Amino acid sequence: MPPTPPPASRSHRRGSVERAQGRIGLAFVTPYALFLLAFGLLPTLYAIYLAFTKKGAFVGFANFLKVFKDYRFLPAVEHVGIFLVVWLVALVLLVVVLAIMVHSIGMRWLSGTMRFVYYIPGALAGASSVMLWLFVLDPTVSPVAFLLEAMGFDSLVSVVQADRLPFVLAIIAFWTGAGGWIVVMYGALNNIPREVLEAARVDGAGPIRTAWSIQIPLMRKWIAYMVVLSFAGGTQLFVEPRVLAQASRGVVSQDYSLNQLAFLYAFKQSDFNGSAAISLVLLAVALVLSIVFVFKGGLFERA
Amino acid sequence: MKRVHLTLALAALLTTTPVLAEDGTLTVWADATRQPAVEAFIAAHPEIKVNLVVDDGSSGASGTFQTKISLADQAGEGWPDVVFSTQNNDAAWASKETNGVQPFAQVLNEGFLDAEFLKGFTPGALDPVTVDGKVYGLRNDLAPVLFWYNKTLLAEFGYDAPTTWEDYQALGDKLAAEHPGYFLGAIGDSFEGPYVYYWSGEAPIFQVEGETFKSDTAHPNSKKVSDLIDHMVANKTLTLDSLFGASFVANASKLVAIPGAAWYAGALFQNPGNVNAKAGDWVAAPPLTWKDGAKVTGNVGGGVWYASSHTANPEGVKTFLKFIVSDTKIAGTGGLPAYQSAADAWLDGQAKSGFFAGDFKGAISTAAASVWSGWGYPNFSPETAWAKVITPGLAAGKTMTELSADWQQEMKNEAQVVGYTVE
Repeated sequence: MPPTPPPASRSHRRGSVERAQGRIGLAFVTPYALFLLAFGLLPTLYAIYLAFTKKGAFVGFANFLKVFKDYRFLPAVEHVGIFLVVWLVALVLLVVVLAIMVHSIGMRWLSGTMRFVYYIPGALAGASSVMLWLFVLDPTVSPVAFLLEAMGFDSLVSVVQADRLPFVLAIIAFWTGAGGWIVVMYGALNNIPREVLEAARVDGAGPIRTAWSIQIPLMRKWIAYMVVLSFAGGTQLFVEPRVLAQASRGVVSQDYSLNQLAFLYAFKQSDFNGSAAISLVLLAVALVLSIVFVFKGGLFERA
Repeated sequence: MKRVHLTLALAALLTTTPVLAEDGTLTVWADATRQPAVEAFIAAHPEIKVNLVVDDGSSGASGTFQTKISLADQAGEGWPDVVFSTQNNDAAWASKETNGVQPFAQVLNEGFLDAEFLKGFTPGALDPVTVDGKVYGLRNDLAPVLFWYNKTLLAEFGYDAPTTWEDYQALGDKLAAEHPGYFLGAIGDSFEGPYVYYWSGEAPIFQVEGETFKSDTAHPNSKKVSDLIDHMVANKTLTLDSLFGASFVANASKLVAIPGAAWYAGALFQNPGNVNAKAGDWVAAPPLTWKDGAKVTGNVGGGVWYASSHTANPEGVKTFLKFIVSDTKIAGTGGLPAYQSAADAWLDGQAKSGFFAGDFKGAISTAAASVWSGWGYPNFSPETAWAKVITPGLAAGKTMTELSADWQQEMKNEAQVVGYTVE
């Protein structure tokens, strides 16, 4: 039996490793924390100040009431709400299904290529991907004009009609964002121990049963993470309808989304207080729903 | 807030493109159509450095001008020296202080530009940019609506050119029956409906009295225009395409006539990328009028140049403004210059070139002198409401008659939001 080192020394060594890790962790976190403070927390505090004041004087909820009574507010809430439902449902379903499918492909090169292809659109910035979609969606120049015409659309105006727009925006957002999430989910699937999947197979579970009973429950955290981030991003819908507004000569209105309304308040009506009120409403909604998903998804539980 | 922050940051970057007051560089915001004119200035005045920032000229009431100025006001820096806008209602906000920042637009009379120079504008040209006797901008061009027709096609079909809106509608019926596919105009952009059709019909759609905004789409004048549009959209002699879209250009050889602004001359007929007319085919005729109405017409924009009240180089700005509105070669940028001497030169040049058949100069002068004065210039545009309500509505097969109440409501809502009392 080899001599065991005295416990004191072992705990001492572990302590120093932990301390070193802690120092490196701190070094990694500090720049982020500074940026968060400068570009996240301070602007938020400023927005809170603006939202409850007018010309520097405290006015309670007056700015909020003004915004809620604005004839553009409810339609904007509705637009963003429908978009979020369409997009988030499609995102969760398709990303999970696609990730599991790609993961089950045995051939390494094929699976790698698929992941790469899914990821490519994510490399384009929001505005430029909208530009690309403008060409796809305009029947007069679209490479898939025959598809659009088969669906009865003969002009860009008819494609971006208000009742279809949430779907159009969801397709654009899915196309840009889903690839990255598929790669993340793929990583999550790789984390599931081989033995667990083997045991399932031995017990007679097919691919669907395995996905439903093993893989998806073990991916819960990641799915919650995706929903939280996507929800926060989705409520801030701005670039896509803004570019579409310009390109469709105003058919997609300039007040389509809540963030656009906030933009109009600030820069068309010079009412930064009303603008801040809208931002705070968005923040509050995103915060509440994020908290729900964080706890439901067990995001902060240790594995 | 990632996205909006990114956008704001980009917008900030755009607006703060070097305003190098120290070396007197003039920062000019203008649209692509104005670019050749600005370049002509740079060539003519090498002693003044110009930094041209090309934007959309706020076309379609996109609000680019106002949003970027608001951003500069908030930042306390980054104002341009000269701005071009295709809209002629910007004086409504640019003449006012916002959140304690001085009005953006420089008052151009009262000493900034000499009275003698300002007298050179066509009478009435500066009315849309004059608030309480102060002139806040210089019109680039006048844009009265006249009637353009292709006399070769009309002769071929054996039709007479209409002179009234009633005849125009009747011509549409004949064309639709005998030569389907040929057409008489477009309402696919947000400007044709309000400015060409309703304005010409003396429709009280867009009026301002003091701080009160009025709109009445149920007025008999408004209704007759709505009926005309519905009738001609139904028989397809009015297209729902945009004048600048691919499908309008593809069908341009079937355009028989079109009521439209003076600037259609350069933007459509003499533009190789648009109608690209053959010399001698098209006639610029006096505006169409209603049989029971006054002999008046509409007006489609006619851009405006603004000087910044923040400029560090007022002398450079003065030189620039004088050149850009009155130089006989470039003033008007393809349309009818607002400056009388440049307008005369342009009209004579057009008449001499013989590109347009008929009495070009007479038609344009008649139109310019008969713009209906009942249209208002508040701090918003009828175009955004048109684009939001009417364009998609017509595309979905609805009629003006069905949509006009919603349009009126949308304009009134917009008026209320920017602070007008609504009647």
